[in-house]
Amino acid sequence: MDHSSVRLDGARKSFASPEGTLVTALAGIDLGVKPSEFLTLLGPSGCGKTTLLHAISGFVELDAGRIFIDGEDMTHRPPNKRPVNTVFQSYALFPHMSVGDNVGYALDIARVARPERNARVGAALEMVGLGGLEKRLPRQLSGGQQQRVALARAIVARPKLLLLDEPLSALDRKLRQAMQIELKTLQHELGIAFVFVTHDQEEALTMSDRIAVLNGGEIQQLASPGEVYNRPANGFVASFIGASNLFTGSGSGSGAETIVRTSAGLTVHARMALPSSGPVTALIRPEQFALAPDSGTHGLSELPVSIDQVVFMGMVFEIHGRTDDGQKVVATLPASQQSRIAEAEGRRRAVLTYDPASVHLFPAVSEAA
Amino acid sequence: MSTLKARKRQQLALLLGPVTLFLGIFLLLPLAIMVVYSFLMPGLYGGVEWTYYPHNYGRILGFADPEFEVFDPVYLSIFARSVKIALITVALTLLVCYPAAFQIAALPDRWKNFALFLITLPFFASLIVRLFIWVLILRPTGFINETLGALGLIDRPLDLLYTEGAVILGMVYIYIPFMFLPLYASVEKLDWTLIRASQDLGAGAFDTFRRIILPLTLPGIAGGCIIVFIPALGNFIVPAVLGGAKSMMLGNLIEQQFLAARNWPFGSALAMLVMAVVLVLLFIAIRQERADQPGSGHA
Repeated sequence: MDHSSVRLDGARKSFASPEGTLVTALAGIDLGVKPSEFLTLLGPSGCGKTTLLHAISGFVELDAGRIFIDGEDMTHRPPNKRPVNTVFQSYALFPHMSVGDNVGYALDIARVARPERNARVGAALEMVGLGGLEKRLPRQLSGGQQQRVALARAIVARPKLLLLDEPLSALDRKLRQAMQIELKTLQHELGIAFVFVTHDQEEALTMSDRIAVLNGGEIQQLASPGEVYNRPANGFVASFIGASNLFTGSGSGSGAETIVRTSAGLTVHARMALPSSGPVTALIRPEQFALAPDSGTHGLSELPVSIDQVVFMGMVFEIHGRTDDGQKVVATLPASQQSRIAEAEGRRRAVLTYDPASVHLFPAVSEAA
Repeated sequence: MSTLKARKRQQLALLLGPVTLFLGIFLLLPLAIMVVYSFLMPGLYGGVEWTYYPHNYGRILGFADPEFEVFDPVYLSIFARSVKIALITVALTLLVCYPAAFQIAALPDRWKNFALFLITLPFFASLIVRLFIWVLILRPTGFINETLGALGLIDRPLDLLYTEGAVILGMVYIYIPFMFLPLYASVEKLDWTLIRASQDLGAGAFDTFRRIILPLTLPGIAGGCIIVFIPALGNFIVPAVLGGAKSMMLGNLIEQQFLAARNWPFGSALAMLVMAVVLVLLFIAIRQERADQPGSGHA
C-alpha cells in the first residue's frame, strides 16, 4: 500500500518519572522512512529519539499509534520477531563468544546450515573490514573493531532495516569521521534503510539523506540536511543545528522582500516572503557574513558590529562581536582574509555584509525570541 | 630502591604474619595431627597406640582389619547418603535462589538493599534456635500437623520430624543465603543490553537464557554450588536436630567417633576422606572454570 520501509502512525509513549510524574517521550509521531534511505533522528537528550528507535525495534510498547515495517503491522510484535536489527550504543557484544559466534548469532538462532552460516559470517566481517578475525574474543579488539563487529552482527541476517543507536559516540574523533563515511558506503551497498540516532548535529549533517529533528517528543522538522541547515522550520532547529545569528522582530515588506525590525531598532533584510503574520525571526548563518570592502559599493546589506574577540580555528576565523544595541553576533571568515581581519580587530570594529537572499525567515515563537 | 623493597617486605610480613601464625597453629597443626592419627591404631580405652595401622581407612573402603572385624559397608552408605543429601541441598537451593536473584536484581535500589537485608537476616539468630523452630513446626503436635488435623485432612499426625526430608528441609533452609549471595553477585552485574541484543537478533526467551544468561551467570552458579556443597557434606547439626537414626550423615559419624566412641584414628580417617572428596571436586570445578575462562567475560 505504501512504499515506506517503516511507517509510524500517531506513535505515543509516556513514562513515569522517578518523581511519579508522567513524561511524554513521544507525543504522537507520524514518520515514514523510505526504503534505502539514511534517516537520522537528531535531538538533545530526552527528546524522544531513543524511545522512537526502541519503538521500532520493539523494546518499547507504544501507548497509542501503530508501526508498520514493510507494510506489515508490527505494533504488537515482540523484538525477536521483527525484521530489524540494532547496533547498540555500547555495542552489546556477547563477551563469552568469539567474534564469529557473535556475528553468526542471528543465523544460529534461525538454524541456518553451517556452511552457509560460516560463509555469511565471513562475508559480513569482510564487509566491515574485519575478515579473518572470527576466532578472536570481543575484549581482544579495539573499540573501533568492536564497533565493526556489532555492525557485522546486525547486518548478517539481512534485516529490512538497520537501527543505529548512537553507535559512534564512544569512538575518538578521527575514527568517528572515518566510520561516518564507511557507514554511508555500507548503507549504499546493502540498499536497506538505516535509522540512525544521534545528538551530534555534525554527524547528522554528514551522513543523512533526511534528518528528523526531535524535541519534546515531537518532530520539529523532517527534511534533507541542506534544508534543515539553511531553512530551519523554527527557532529550535535553527539553534540546535549549526551556529546561528537570530534576529526576532516585526516583519514588513512586499512580495519577496522583507525587512525585519527588532525591538532595539536593528533591521535585517531578507529576500524571502513573510512566512506568517506576527513576529518573525531572521536567521543568518555565521559563514554568510563577509567583511565589507574598504571602498566602493557591494550591493549587499550591512551590519556594523564591535568586535569582542577573534578566534583562529584553522580554516576560518571566528569573530565574536555585538551590534550597536548589544546583540551578540558570530561570523566565520575565511583564513585567507587574515590581514583584513587583523586590521578590523585592531579597530575593534567591522562592518559585516550579507546577501539578503541567504537570510532565512521563520515564524517566531515566544521561546525563540 | 633496595631499601624500598626491604621495607615492602617488612610491611608484608607485618600484615600477613599474624594470620599466618594463627592459621598455622590452629588449622595446619591440628590437621597434621589428624593426618598422623588417621594412620595410627586406636587405643583400647581411647587414645592411640603408636603403630602404623591402615585399617582405619580399610573399615570404610573395604579392607578391614582381618584380626578384629569384618568390612561393614555401612560407612560407605553413610558416605553416599551424605553426598546425596548435599547434592539435593545444592540443587534445591539453586532452584530457589536463581530466579530470586533475577527478581531482586531487577528491583529499584532501595528495595534491592532491603531484600538483601532480609536474605541475610537469619544470620542474626542462632543456628540452633532456628533449627529447633523447625522441630516445633514439624513435630507430631507441631504447627503443620495441628493445622492439617484441625482442617480434618489427616486422622493422625504425619511423621515429618526425624526423616531425611526434614534434614533436607533444614539444610536448604540454612544454606539459602550461601547460595543466594554468589548467584546474586553474578546476576547483578549481568549487562541487560546483552539480553536486548539477543532478542534483537531474533532469539526468544529460551535461546536467550541458554546462550546468553546461563553462560554469563555460570561463575555465580558454580560458586554458589561449591559454597553450599562443602559445608553441607560435613554438616552434623541439622541431622542431629532434625534427622533420625536413618538419616545419619558423615558429620554425625565423625562426631560420634571423636566423642562417644573415642576412636580418634577412625574419626580422623573419615574426616580425611571427606576432605579428599571435597578437594577432588574443587579441583575439577576450578579446572572447569579455567577451561571456560577464555570464553567468559567475567574474571
